[in-house]
Amino acid sequence: MSDSKQWYTVCSVNDLVENSGICALLEKDDEKQIAIFSLPQQPEKVFAVDNFDPIGKANVLYRGITGSTQGEPIVASPLYKQQFSLKTGLCIQEEAAITAYQARIAEQEVQILL
Amino acid sequence: MSASNQLNTAQKIVVVGNGMVGHHFVEQVANLRESATAAEITVLSAENRLAYDRVHLSEFFGGKTAQDLALTDEATYSDWQVDFRTNAKVSKIDRVNKLVITETGETFSYDKLVLATGSYPFVPPIPGGDQPHCLVYRTIEDLEAIQRTAESSKVGVVIGGGLLGLEAANALKQLGLQTHVVEFAPQLMAVQVDAGGGRLLKDKIEELGVKVHTSKATKVIEQGEVCRYKLVFSDGTELETDMVLFSAGIRPYDNLGRENGLEVGERGGIVVNSQCQTSDNEIYAIGECALYKNFIYGLVAPGYTMAKVAANQILATDEQASFNGADMSTKLKLMGVDVGSIGDAHGKTEGSLSYTYENQPEGVYKKIVVSADKKLMLGAVLVGDTSEYDSLLQYMLNAIELPEAPEALILPMAGDKPTLGADALPDTATICSCLNVTKGDIIEAIDLGATSVGDIKSCTKASTGCGGCSALLKNVVDKELENRGVEVKKDICEHFAYSRQELFDIVKVEKISSFEQLVDKHGTGSGCEICKPTVGSILASVWNDYILDKAQVPLQDTNDNFLANMQKDGTYSIVPRIPGGEITPEKLIVIGEVAKKYNLYTKITGGQRIDLFGARVDQLPDIWAELINAGLETGHAYGKAVRTVKSCVGSTWCRYGVQDSVGMAIQIEDRYKGIRAPHKIKFAVSGCTRECAEAQSKDFGVIATDKGWNLYVCGNGGMKPRHGDLFATDLDDETLIKYIDRIFAFYIQTGDRLQRTSVWMDNMEGGLAYLQKVVIDDHLGVCDELEAQMANVIGKYQCEWKTTLENPEALKRFRQFVNSDKTDSNIQFVTEREQIRPAREEEKINIIDVTHVSKAVALEEE
Ligand code: SRM
Ligand SMILES: Cc1cc2nc3c(=O)[nH]c(=O)nc-3n(C[C@H](O)[C@H](O)[C@H](O)COP(=O)(O)OP(=O)(O)OC[C@H]3O[C@@H](n4cnc5c(N)ncnc54)[C@H](O)[C@@H]3O)c2cc1C
Ligand code: SF4
Ligand code: FES
Repeated sequence: MSDSKQWYTVCSVNDLVENSGICALLEKDDEKQIAIFSLPQQPEKVFAVDNFDPIGKANVLYRGITGSTQGEPIVASPLYKQQFSLKTGLCIQEEAAITAYQARIAEQEVQILL
Repeated sequence: MSASNQLNTAQKIVVVGNGMVGHHFVEQVANLRESATAAEITVLSAENRLAYDRVHLSEFFGGKTAQDLALTDEATYSDWQVDFRTNAKVSKIDRVNKLVITETGETFSYDKLVLATGSYPFVPPIPGGDQPHCLVYRTIEDLEAIQRTAESSKVGVVIGGGLLGLEAANALKQLGLQTHVVEFAPQLMAVQVDAGGGRLLKDKIEELGVKVHTSKATKVIEQGEVCRYKLVFSDGTELETDMVLFSAGIRPYDNLGRENGLEVGERGGIVVNSQCQTSDNEIYAIGECALYKNFIYGLVAPGYTMAKVAANQILATDEQASFNGADMSTKLKLMGVDVGSIGDAHGKTEGSLSYTYENQPEGVYKKIVVSADKKLMLGAVLVGDTSEYDSLLQYMLNAIELPEAPEALILPMAGDKPTLGADALPDTATICSCLNVTKGDIIEAIDLGATSVGDIKSCTKASTGCGGCSALLKNVVDKELENRGVEVKKDICEHFAYSRQELFDIVKVEKISSFEQLVDKHGTGSGCEICKPTVGSILASVWNDYILDKAQVPLQDTNDNFLANMQKDGTYSIVPRIPGGEITPEKLIVIGEVAKKYNLYTKITGGQRIDLFGARVDQLPDIWAELINAGLETGHAYGKAVRTVKSCVGSTWCRYGVQDSVGMAIQIEDRYKGIRAPHKIKFAVSGCTRECAEAQSKDFGVIATDKGWNLYVCGNGGMKPRHGDLFATDLDDETLIKYIDRIFAFYIQTGDRLQRTSVWMDNMEGGLAYLQKVVIDDHLGVCDELEAQMANVIGKYQCEWKTTLENPEALKRFRQFVNSDKTDSNIQFVTEREQIRPAREEEKINIIDVTHVSKAVALEEE
């Protein structure tokens, strides 16, 4: 199925905040909210995951603190502090997961594979 | 294995009863079986809902809902591919054709049948005991009925003074009833505690306003004269009440066994062997309906063990699994009274000896029962103080040899009490009884790589039940790690091998001004939610720069980052500073108008100011612009910083006041506002010794005297209240401020991450006297530096909201979406008591963004 996926532009690199997150609304995809993190130290540079925190049940993940655990890039939910891997979306402390999307920077634009 | 092959081996398991134990069995099977087709589970529950937590049932009266108490839900069972029916009471078993039949005539066939029908409250056959307001305490429906009846009652009686009876009495008391407990035996809790303990327990419970009547047999319940009913006792006395709760013991639901030819005990209970099989090999019984060696285990932990055994036997995953009885020791808090009962509490063992300690004035009773040779612990009773429970239990469970003078274990000889080190415990020692985790299991987990209490919790599940074992668990884990030469670290997290104080010194000495600098030189990785805010706070304490600087943003907790407190639904609250609690009518009106305009929930806080809730992230700047325009400032309710300086009205108005407490409070608040610290800081100033500002419960408390001010330090309200220590007396204004400057700066430098001043003081070697030496006598020669440090940060104060509003870059962060003006459709409110509150999950509707819709409509109209 992967060949039917496409890269969508969600914002410009100027919208990013280094070592922190922002949120984009995907109008085409049922108003899905995507949290986008800019981590210049990581080879991927940008990461995109669901903005909805399945544990706190609110659209807040983009306001979480980013960092790493055992080298894996993570974001910690601002509500109850569980960490989610930015690579896989898996929660480190509990049985929970969010979707992680492939993201890239192309010609000053932030794009997500959907 | 092919699909058809799997179908052939599929085993049909039917579980009757979905109480705590029945549900635990389902969970075990779902986890242990190879696949859902390998073992099909059907659950038949007589109740109208799936399993819930009966142990915490009483919390229903404390505001917990049925949903909060639920142990599972339909989605989870569907997920596990468990077929379930509620309102499906089984009335018959056809053992020949291996079928169960429900009351409504539905039939289900089984290969293995598991009876987990639990028990029901025993109602003694007292004439008149079947009237409408005579109730029992077992299910959520029972509690709802109690609640309804209580509404039309003033007096309530619980018949039965056992463990559950006292819990029920507490519930009636909470519901506001004048409460009585009637017990047939001469003492309360006769199963768990001895006569001495029972006597003390009665005193304590009566002190709490519950009347206890022991040695009373109820003969009949008649119509009352003042109340609804009247209990007539066999000794001729009477007691009037509006309602009666029976809590006279439980009886196993063993009718399915009894009526279908399974062996049952003389006094009830379906007989099982150590594999939890009944007299029919294909039928198992677990939990409170099962009788093992002529004993019914009326606690949840043994039931869980049975569930695990039955699951392993039925799936053949562990043929060795067996139930061999269980320890019935218990520790609990009844109406605030600590009670512990271990093993042979009554000293029934041949030749046993006992030691008793009773301290009537303080309400403490302790007894230990030891073997004839004084080498082994056999049992114990603890009332009023259960701090030795863990130790005593381990002595008994593991047959550890007692010290020379066993009485030392319960005597209050401050300091030299022999403690049972984690090392002394054998590997078989149960550390967590709820989840049945032994010291051996913990050692194994450490061998496999676990290196912290957190790791152990997630792989063994220890300490995830009642939580009572957490201190012991930490003890064992730390000791084991130490034994292996692993240093038990004070590191704040995996990224820095330093404590907060060490990091503070590094930042200061090396003049470090950013997280990157610090992690490059002294850490690893890219940080986390623990070290980033800590470093952010240290940088702010040392340099007091604007906290939303580009480099600072990623360090701050969301509250600091958005300069507001995040609420459960992702909206924020807004707390303007109201120094000393003094506010002009004009400012009050502005706050009211802003709240009205943005439709914010408004509440007076416990800190003498006003909190506005429910602002979306994108509304924060507009709201603050209006507040700042009116001369208000941020209240730092979001920061680990100075919160409020509470004041009483003082000498200006109050006829007793001896100093201007409001004036001093405002001076203090203006001086220290905005300063970041290891944790939040609260002050209060009272105008006289009556102490209306409750200053002794604050980090810094100031109380006026006719000569000046008394300074109290390191008080705390909150989770573990602590009275402040009197630091110095009769200070003039200038000395008062000087001392506060020094203590505050010293705390900022040496306090641990998230350590309030109360804990800081309790951990300080030398305590109050040492702090006085440092601050008053300049014992360390650091006072000049401390004052300079304070002067430096005080000079740099800025209202963070004002600065933010002037900074377009920073403002960019205050939006939900970078690419749209829509708002978050998951934020929804409903009205309650004329104001908004967040909608609960079930109240939410899948609406499209309303602001957006109305905008679109407006455009069309144009
Ligand atoms: C709003 C308020 C309750 C109220 O409706 O009255 C409140 C609300 C919160 N308190 Fe409090 N506390 C409030 C007065 C208090 C008081 C009373 C006082 O200050 O006189 C105390 C006990 C005094 C003390 O601190 O020693 C208090 C002890 C706590 C604690 C426990 C601290 C401790 O050391 O044990 C926490 C948790 C923490 O800080 O870790 C806490 C935490 C919280 C948090 C921040 C929880 C959170 O993370 O969401 C709440 C969020 C506030 C918000 O969203 O605006 N709150 N809290 C009060 C705000 C006062 C103000 O104007 O700033
Ligand atoms: C208020 C209260 C406080 C307690 N506190 C503690 C405590 O602190 N610590 C502790 O260890 N224990 C405590 N207990 C005891 C604990 O709740 C029980 O040990 C535990 O619930 C037993 O689980 P069970 O599954 O065997 O029985 P239950 O939880 O009673 O479940 C049995 C279920 O089977 C159903 N059933 C019965 N017959 C049929 C049938 N024919 N067909 C279908 N379904 C049927 C019943 O309706 C019920 O839902 C407390 C109990 C109460 C009531
Ligand atoms: S006590 Fe404080 S922290 Fe707890 S709910 Fe109330 S406001 Fe929140
Ligand atoms: S003993 Fe209850 S959680 Fe460990």
